[in-house]
Amino acid sequence: MEFSQEQLKGFYRTMYTIRSFEERVNDLFLAGEIPGFVHLYIGEEAVATGVMANLRKTDYITSTHRGHGHTIAKGADLKRMMAEIFGKRTGYCRGKGGSMHIADFSIGMLGANGVVGGGFNLAVGAALAARLMGTDQVAVCFFGDGASNRGTFHEGLNMAAVWKLPVVFVCENNQYASTTPYRTSTSVENIADRAIGYGIPGVVVNGNDVFAVYEAAQAAVERARSGGGPTLLEAKTYRIKGHFVGDPELYRTRQEVQEHLENDDPLKNFRQQVLGANRLTERELAEIEAQVREDIEAAVDFARKSPFPAPEELFEDLYVESGEAACGK
Amino acid sequence: MREITFAEATMEAMAEEMERDNRVFLMGEDIARQGGIFGQFKGLPQKFGFDRVRDTPISETAIVGAGVGAALAGMRPVVDMHFVDFITVAMDEVVNQMAKIRYMFGGQCKVPMVLRAPDGAARSAAAQHSQSLEAWFVHVPGLKVVIPSNPADAKGLLKAAIRDDNPVLYFENKDLFRMKGPVPDGEFLVPIGKAKVVREGRDVTIVSYSITLHKALKAAEKLAEEGIEAEVIDLRTIVPLDKETIFASVKKTKHLVIAHEATKNGGVGSEVAAVVAEEIIDYLDGPIKRVGAKFVPVPFSPALEPLMLPQVEDIIAAVKEIC
Repeated sequence: MEFSQEQLKGFYRTMYTIRSFEERVNDLFLAGEIPGFVHLYIGEEAVATGVMANLRKTDYITSTHRGHGHTIAKGADLKRMMAEIFGKRTGYCRGKGGSMHIADFSIGMLGANGVVGGGFNLAVGAALAARLMGTDQVAVCFFGDGASNRGTFHEGLNMAAVWKLPVVFVCENNQYASTTPYRTSTSVENIADRAIGYGIPGVVVNGNDVFAVYEAAQAAVERARSGGGPTLLEAKTYRIKGHFVGDPELYRTRQEVQEHLENDDPLKNFRQQVLGANRLTERELAEIEAQVREDIEAAVDFARKSPFPAPEELFEDLYVESGEAACGK
Repeated sequence: MREITFAEATMEAMAEEMERDNRVFLMGEDIARQGGIFGQFKGLPQKFGFDRVRDTPISETAIVGAGVGAALAGMRPVVDMHFVDFITVAMDEVVNQMAKIRYMFGGQCKVPMVLRAPDGAARSAAAQHSQSLEAWFVHVPGLKVVIPSNPADAKGLLKAAIRDDNPVLYFENKDLFRMKGPVPDGEFLVPIGKAKVVREGRDVTIVSYSITLHKALKAAEKLAEEGIEAEVIDLRTIVPLDKETIFASVKKTKHLVIAHEATKNGGVGSEVAAVVAEEIIDYLDGPIKRVGAKFVPVPFSPALEPLMLPQVEDIIAAVKEIC
């Protein structure tokens, strides 16, 4: 497949933004500036980037507790994301959601979900809405290998398949369900093999190769958009960081992580591919990196300077007060 | 006024709202081809098509989850739970998704969705098809909870619930579906959050709802024969609770009994009693009494089932203890 220079730069910008954003969040968390806890997407950047490059602004996605990467790739504003992670009122959720619950409904990002496997059926429902409204929107559900063992996976895939809904189920198999190695908790070699149980295509792709992800996602999205029904796409990737920042990572060796970082880091893979083929230069990549770092520092600055929610905001946003309410107004 | 059944009243509500707003659609198990196990969806798919009145797989988790997803994407789903007992299968979707999504996303979205849940013990359906679980949802911020006792309220509250921009749980007692009652012609809405004084009295307030409301009214008639005039309140909505109506009555009668079919322990009666005790205990001339089901699962045998459920005599006894 041929990619334009702009596409290539776009891929790198997105992947590098996710990587840098997450590294910054890591440091800020360890410095005590971020409350709660955070789950980082480092190592999985090629998946969100390759999939989202096939989506329109009006398409829907559902995300997970490890959702910063999806949110960035869908086109969210870094400042409002960072402010949310800081618990500030200028954040996407006015400080009520935090890292695990960032959403941007204006770009079809239906929210990160703190319940593993909580997003399957939300995506199915969004796709059903598109069908009933007669639009050609597609819904993409991101989930991890751990979530594939939830009952919601089965119910969601079956319902989407039997109704031929425009959903793409993207499994990010990062080898660990929280702290449990994938093969000790999952009955199949490939999660995509489970697709046969629903009569839909199951596709395995190298999740550390943005080009491979892009092509596989393109086929799945086109199939969904044209009425062909859902696809289960499994991207094999690796979670370079722990389950959460501060995870003692007792379930794997440092050497294992180091080997992945050296041999199969999606950003390194990308650089080697485009530099090796003389498609982009070191200088062009460096320019992108400089701009991204600037944007992220601006986001951190914005988050730091933003106010916390006021006490009277505690009860706001719970119920819809206005609009056509119950009293037949 | 014309009389129709509770089931017909809910059908009218759905049909009128579907005519009015093409974002309204229905889904659940056995609702389209079968017309609902209590006939409460009969004829609707013929009128609105099998896309808008959808039979689903037996997948409560997916049914509620997809309802939430569709609501987030701009639809107004009415989802049927078949039996309230099966809502347990979809508790994450109800409690962690439907109820919380608007708040945790800072008000960016809304979930205009109705979850219909037939409840109550009737004709030996045994432990897993007979419960009344409404109290669980009083505990979860973000939901509204309505529970009508008659055909008119069934219609008015369902229409109001469908038009409400918040998620609404709509509990309907299975034994009420065949009950006939007067329902006004044409547009008719019952506001969510408003209780109704259905019988006036000076001696004791009986707060009730759903099928037990009718037992409370029977109890009030018998008590009147003995000179005790009970005021009976039909809550109709349990979240948000209409404290104003309850307080006004209790201040007048100075005695309070709460009666419902759900288990007494931790029931809605406990909440009503607590609110009255916290805010207007000085008006009371005696202890508050709660009448509810015994603390056992609903038994199968016709010899046992009525013993577990609150009866008219239990309400009368509770009133006499404090009056």
